[in-house]
Amino acid sequence: MKVLVAVKRVVDYSVRVRVRADGSGVETANVKMSMNPFDEIAVEEAVRWRESGQAEELTVLSAGPDACQETLRTALAMGADRGIHLRVPDPGGALEPLALAKLLAQQVAREPVDIVLLGKQAIDDDANQTGQMLAGLLGWPQGTFCSAIRFVGEGLEVVREVDGGLEHLALELPAVLTTDLRLNEPRYVKLPNIMKAKKKPIEVREAAELGVDIAPRVQIIQVAEPARRTAGVVLNDATELVARLREEAKVI
Amino acid sequence: MSWQPPVADLLFCLRQLVPLAELARAPAFAELDLEGETPELVLAEAARFASEVIAPIGEAGDREGARFGDEGVRAATGYRQAYAQFVEAGWQGLAAPVEHGGQGLPEVLSGATHELWNAADLSFALCPMLTDAAIQALHVHGTPEQRALYLPRLVSGEWSGTMNLTEPQAGSDLSAIRSQAVPNGDHYLLRGQKIFITWGEHELAENIVHLVLARTPGAPEGVRGLSLFLAPRFLPDADGNCGAANDLRAVSIERKLGIHGSPTCVMSFGEQQGALAWRVGGEHQGLACMFTMMNLARLKVGIEGVGLAARATEQAFRYAQERVQGQRDGEPVAILRHPDVGRMLLDMRSTSEAMRALALVTAAQADLARAFPNTGEGAAAQARLDLLTPIVKGWCTETAVEVASLGIQVHGGMGYVEETGAARWWRDSRITPIYEGTTGIQAADLSGRKLRLDDGAAMFALLDEIGATAQALKGGAQAFAGVGAALADAVLHLRASTRLQLTRMRDGERDAALAVSVPFLLQAGWVASAWQMARALRKTAGGADPFSRAKHRSALHFLEQMLPRALALGARVRVPARSDPLPH
Repeated sequence: MKVLVAVKRVVDYSVRVRVRADGSGVETANVKMSMNPFDEIAVEEAVRWRESGQAEELTVLSAGPDACQETLRTALAMGADRGIHLRVPDPGGALEPLALAKLLAQQVAREPVDIVLLGKQAIDDDANQTGQMLAGLLGWPQGTFCSAIRFVGEGLEVVREVDGGLEHLALELPAVLTTDLRLNEPRYVKLPNIMKAKKKPIEVREAAELGVDIAPRVQIIQVAEPARRTAGVVLNDATELVARLREEAKVI
Repeated sequence: MSWQPPVADLLFCLRQLVPLAELARAPAFAELDLEGETPELVLAEAARFASEVIAPIGEAGDREGARFGDEGVRAATGYRQAYAQFVEAGWQGLAAPVEHGGQGLPEVLSGATHELWNAADLSFALCPMLTDAAIQALHVHGTPEQRALYLPRLVSGEWSGTMNLTEPQAGSDLSAIRSQAVPNGDHYLLRGQKIFITWGEHELAENIVHLVLARTPGAPEGVRGLSLFLAPRFLPDADGNCGAANDLRAVSIERKLGIHGSPTCVMSFGEQQGALAWRVGGEHQGLACMFTMMNLARLKVGIEGVGLAARATEQAFRYAQERVQGQRDGEPVAILRHPDVGRMLLDMRSTSEAMRALALVTAAQADLARAFPNTGEGAAAQARLDLLTPIVKGWCTETAVEVASLGIQVHGGMGYVEETGAARWWRDSRITPIYEGTTGIQAADLSGRKLRLDDGAAMFALLDEIGATAQALKGGAQAFAGVGAALADAVLHLRASTRLQLTRMRDGERDAALAVSVPFLLQAGWVASAWQMARALRKTAGGADPFSRAKHRSALHFLEQMLPRALALGARVRVPARSDPLPH
């Protein structure tokens, strides 16, 4: 079984995100970047399949500027076999989910795999679309928000975290899966594996050469910080609250 | 939100100030991709490990501390598991030789990761730091058999290392050491008591490799009669399987001001038949062998200061952003907005950054010296390393105590209450100017030995370079002319102080030189670190991103507000010391 995991380089979860002075986006220069945490969970899961012999090859793919190769290296240090970097010149704006889904579909057409595994969403734009769109483009079954994945016979059983609770699905392969937070706890990368990962291959291709229209469909007009919360007031009793909601806020 | 390790500034130092590109030219480092992704990959993982695995055990270490009972020493809650994870992740071998299972990465990268371990929890970090030193000593001075038996397990971290120097009557004065090692077939039998042995006994590692200074029968008096011995806690067979317990044990641990998580042991060797020990290096060569460990360890202790100062700074900033007191323009504000709090925070931040830059630039000299042996470049790097090691050890640790104290001040009364954790960095930092050679010892090494050995050549070469940076600042953008002039002035004063110290040492006024040797060391520390901040200022000039702007602010603050201390210290060096005895 062959597995492809898509990983995205994002502003690290611990960084306080700042809007660029010109309002064109968020500041990423000299900011700590790392692998999208949901993608890290996807890599961890696939590495476990690789270690248990369920997967025979694990490829990781990232699309974006050159710095994405560092994110691929981290995935290789975790245990992936090889990386594919689809180069998108920077600054060219971020890839939108549809563009990435099309690129991934092209990649799968070129090198067939049994499972494409992705994070359910990236913590920068929180779009939560790529996996679903990819399944649509490929015509494959999809299991999103997975908190458990089991191989059963020729197919899969997955547990999905949905609003009402947990949903159990049986899927045939090939399939597209996306990971939720509770699927696993990613490992700490070992230093010797970081050094070994430098010898694993990363194939670099220009995204533009894949014959896919990756032009943005969404125009960003302005990025701004949310309005600052002002201090609250302490009221004496419920009567006063109702009065002020009615008279000042005019919401009741 | 929990601690955020300063990965961006570490990378800035490595790429812009060290710079790693220079090291990458060396054949020894050619395949490590030092100019490429290696530093970021390694530091990102180290930061994650430090903040998620090591930092969380620190509070238990501080409150519970290591304990001593019938079963010997027990580390505080969480230490054993964190250490197992540390070994599992392979961090111990970062800078260790490849032939013994290490990764062969440069000392400067080891320094950067050590800053993170120290900032996470100094008590924990001391154990791998001492193992590093033992690896270094055995690699350089051990026999092939000793290296084959001990190094792979020290490099993996399965076994840890210690340094056994101090005895009750032999503190800074090692010539008073009394421990005895008597030849007995292929080994020695060791007897004696050692004190202040960090991580001298614990259950984190399977075995502990003690490196012990002792005397052989008939050895000369003083330090020239000392030899270095290796005494394992458990005697290994030829394959490295731990066997019987050696005749050595911890008899108690100390109650201390800080680093409660680190067991500081009184060690007793040879209470019965004598502890089996093997000599490392030549007979009577003990001090030279120990100095292989000590020079590295001194640099690493300087980096302990960096880690603690940076951690205190980070915590103070966070508190000052959240704590609301008073008003500005009629609005309640976080205390960060008050000018004096802002001043304290900038003092702390700029000083921590200057310490980091100086320590890493110094660590890189060790790599350059090793990478380019028998060349002028290698010799120059070695000379600079020898000169800067006591300065990094002395200045970074003295200054760390001050920065950590300011951290408490920013917290106000809450800083004095243990609940905030602000006091821990100060209590932990207070040992760093003491162990591994007090500041006084470092200062005596600088004025009495390092300057004298080359007649000040390394110091004057350093001052020429700093002077050139100052001139470039003066002649550059208008905004930097003032700080360029200040740095040039500081260089002049340090040059004068250096000449004075040299003259005093040469003319038999040793006491006069030593009486102001600490002010001299600190003066050199402020100037050398200001140099790094001046370079940082030039590297980030015009950068509009938040990192560049913050660095810019920090560098200007350091040059304008902190560097003037060097002038006051220079004045202390200038005044002749009184020779009459201290009234008492």
